[in-house]
Amino acid sequence: MSHALQRSRPAGIRRGETASGWLFTAPMLVLLGLFLVVPVLMALWVSVSDWGGRGSPFSGGVSFVGLKNYATVLLGGGLAEQDFGTSLRNNAWYVILVVPTQTALSLFLAVLVNRQVLRGRGFFRTAFYFPSVTSSVAITVLFLFLFSTSGAVNGLLGWLGLNGPNWINDPDGIFHFGADSAPAVLEENTILGVPIWDWIGGPSVAMCVYIIMAVFTTSGTFMLLFLAALQNISVEVQEAAMVDGANGWQRFWRVTLPQLRPTLFTVLTLGLIGGWQVFDQIYTGTRGQPAKTTLTPAYLSYQASFTDQEWGQGAAIAFILFVIIVAFTLLQRWALRERPVSRRRMRPYQDTRGGAR
Amino acid sequence: MSARRIAAASVLYAVLLVLALVYIYPFLIQVATSFKTNADATANPLSLLPATATTEAYTKLFGNSDFPTWIKNSVIVTVFVTAGRVFFDSLAGYALARLRFRGRRVVFAGLVAVMSVPAVVLLIPKFLVINTLGIYDSYTGMVLPLLVDAAGVFIMKNFFESIPVSVEEQARIDGAGTFRVFASIVLPMARPALVTIIILSFQGSWNELAHFIVSTQSPEFTTLTKGVAQLANGQLSQGRQYPLKLAAAIVMTIPVAVLFFVFQRRIVTASEGAVKG
Repeated sequence: MSHALQRSRPAGIRRGETASGWLFTAPMLVLLGLFLVVPVLMALWVSVSDWGGRGSPFSGGVSFVGLKNYATVLLGGGLAEQDFGTSLRNNAWYVILVVPTQTALSLFLAVLVNRQVLRGRGFFRTAFYFPSVTSSVAITVLFLFLFSTSGAVNGLLGWLGLNGPNWINDPDGIFHFGADSAPAVLEENTILGVPIWDWIGGPSVAMCVYIIMAVFTTSGTFMLLFLAALQNISVEVQEAAMVDGANGWQRFWRVTLPQLRPTLFTVLTLGLIGGWQVFDQIYTGTRGQPAKTTLTPAYLSYQASFTDQEWGQGAAIAFILFVIIVAFTLLQRWALRERPVSRRRMRPYQDTRGGAR
Repeated sequence: MSARRIAAASVLYAVLLVLALVYIYPFLIQVATSFKTNADATANPLSLLPATATTEAYTKLFGNSDFPTWIKNSVIVTVFVTAGRVFFDSLAGYALARLRFRGRRVVFAGLVAVMSVPAVVLLIPKFLVINTLGIYDSYTGMVLPLLVDAAGVFIMKNFFESIPVSVEEQARIDGAGTFRVFASIVLPMARPALVTIIILSFQGSWNELAHFIVSTQSPEFTTLTKGVAQLANGQLSQGRQYPLKLAAAIVMTIPVAVLFFVFQRRIVTASEGAVKG
C-alpha cells in the first residue's frame, strides 16, 4: 500500500525529508546512543580491565587483563565464584517458581473475569491489576511488614493453629524439609562453588517471600494481556465446539488455549526476562541476607562494583547475566515455535470425522 | 435459570471475591497500620482498626525528616522526564513512521536492538558514562538518561502509521514545512497515543529506583523510591517502625494510584499497546 501511495505523491513535497528525518530522530539517537550503546561498550572494556573505580577507566593506569574477571567469577574457586553460584541458584529457583505460577494465575484470572454475564467485572479487574501500578519499593515495604515474624501472614496462620516461619529471616531451603545434614556426595561435589545439596534445596523461605510478591504484582498485568487475547477469540469457533458436544474443560484446553499461543509466548518471555532481573526488591528488602539466600546476579553485580569496588567483576557478572537472559529467550522461542500438528495429535479429530457421523 | 447454573454462578462469585480480598486486603492493612502506634502495629497486624488512631507517622515524615526533599526530587524528575518523552518520542516516532529518509531502516533496526538490552544489565554501564560525563550526583544525570525511551518511540511510530496520511499531504502541498505539519497537524491528532506516553512515563519515572541509585549519592538528590528503600532496610536507622515505613509507601503510591483511577480504561489499553509494540 505504501508503494502505491508513494508513487501517487507529487515529487516536490518529498524534498528535504532526509534532513528532517535525521533532525527528528537526532535527540533519540544521541540519548539512546549515549546512555545505552556507549555504556555497554564501556562496561565491556571495564569487564576486561583492572579498573578499581577511581578516575577514568581509560586513563593510563588501567590495564587490559583479558578474561581474568570472568574467570574469577566462573572458575576462581574463591568467594567470588561461590557468591556468583549462590546468586544463580537463588535466581534460578525464583524463575522456576515465579514464571509458571504467574502465567497460570494470570490466565486463570483472565478466564474468570472474561465471563460475559459477570457482574462487577470492572471491580475485579481493578482489584487484580492495582498491585501492578505501585512501585516495587512500596510493595516491598508492605510485604516486609506482612511477612515479618509477628506480621499479618503469621497472624493468619496463627488463626488456623499453625506456627508460621520467620519468613524473611529464614535461610533454610524449602526442599530440604528441615534436614540439617546432607549425604556426603551432595555436600562434597560442587557446581560454581556451591554444593549440589544447596542447589537442589530450593529457594530459602526468605526468597519465597519475593516469589509470592512477584506473583502478586505481575499477575494483574499479564491478566490484561490474556483478557485482550480472549476478547479477540471468535465466538463462532467456541460455538462450533459447543455444538460438537465439547464441555467447558475440553473447550478451554483444545479450543481456547491453542488460540492464546502468541499471548502465552509473550507472557512467558516477559516473565522470564523480568525474572532474571530481580534488583529493586532485594535492594529495598534483605540485600542478599539471610545467609546470602536472597542474593541475585543483578544485586551481586551492583554490590561487587559499588560496595566492594570490584568493578571488573561487577561488569563481568552483568554481561554473564545478559547472556543468560538472551539464551533463555532464544531457548523458549525454540521450544514454543509453531510446529505442524503431529499425526498422533490429529488422530482423535480424524476419527470423529470419519466415524459414525 | 436452572439450579445447577445458579450453583455454578455462586461458586464463580465466591472464588472471585476470595481472590479480590487476597489482592485488596494487604493494601487495607497498609492504610490501617500507618495510623497505628508501633506497639499496636506489631501486636495486631491483621486488624483494620487502630487501637488508638494516631497520625504520628505522617507528622514525623513531613515535619521531621528528609521526606519532603524526596518528594520534591521525584516530582522534578517525573515532570521533566514525562515532558521530554512526550516530545522526543513523538518526534522520533513520526520520523520513523512517515519520513522517507536515507538510513531510516538502520535507525529502526538499531532501535529494536537497543530495546532488547535488559535494564538491569545497564546498571553499572550507565554509572560509568554518567561519571565520565561529569553529571554524577546532579539533576542532569538523573533526568537526561531517561528522556527518551525506545518503547515509547515504538508506540508513537505504530500510532502514526495507523492514521491516514492525506491530511498531512494536503498541508504539505499548501507549502507547510515538515516541523509545522508535525506540530500543528499531526500532534493534535495523536492525543490518545500521547496520553499513553504520559501515563507510561509518569509511572515509569515515578517508580524508577535503579537509575537513581547509580546516578546520585548525596541526600539532597534522593528521590522517593531511593529514600523509602533506604528507610525500609534500616540504613537510616529507623529500626522497626512499621507505621512510619508504611505511611511513606502510601504517600509514594498516591500519585500513581490517582493516575490509575483517572485513566483506568486507557491504562488497560496502554499496557497492551506497550507489549504489542
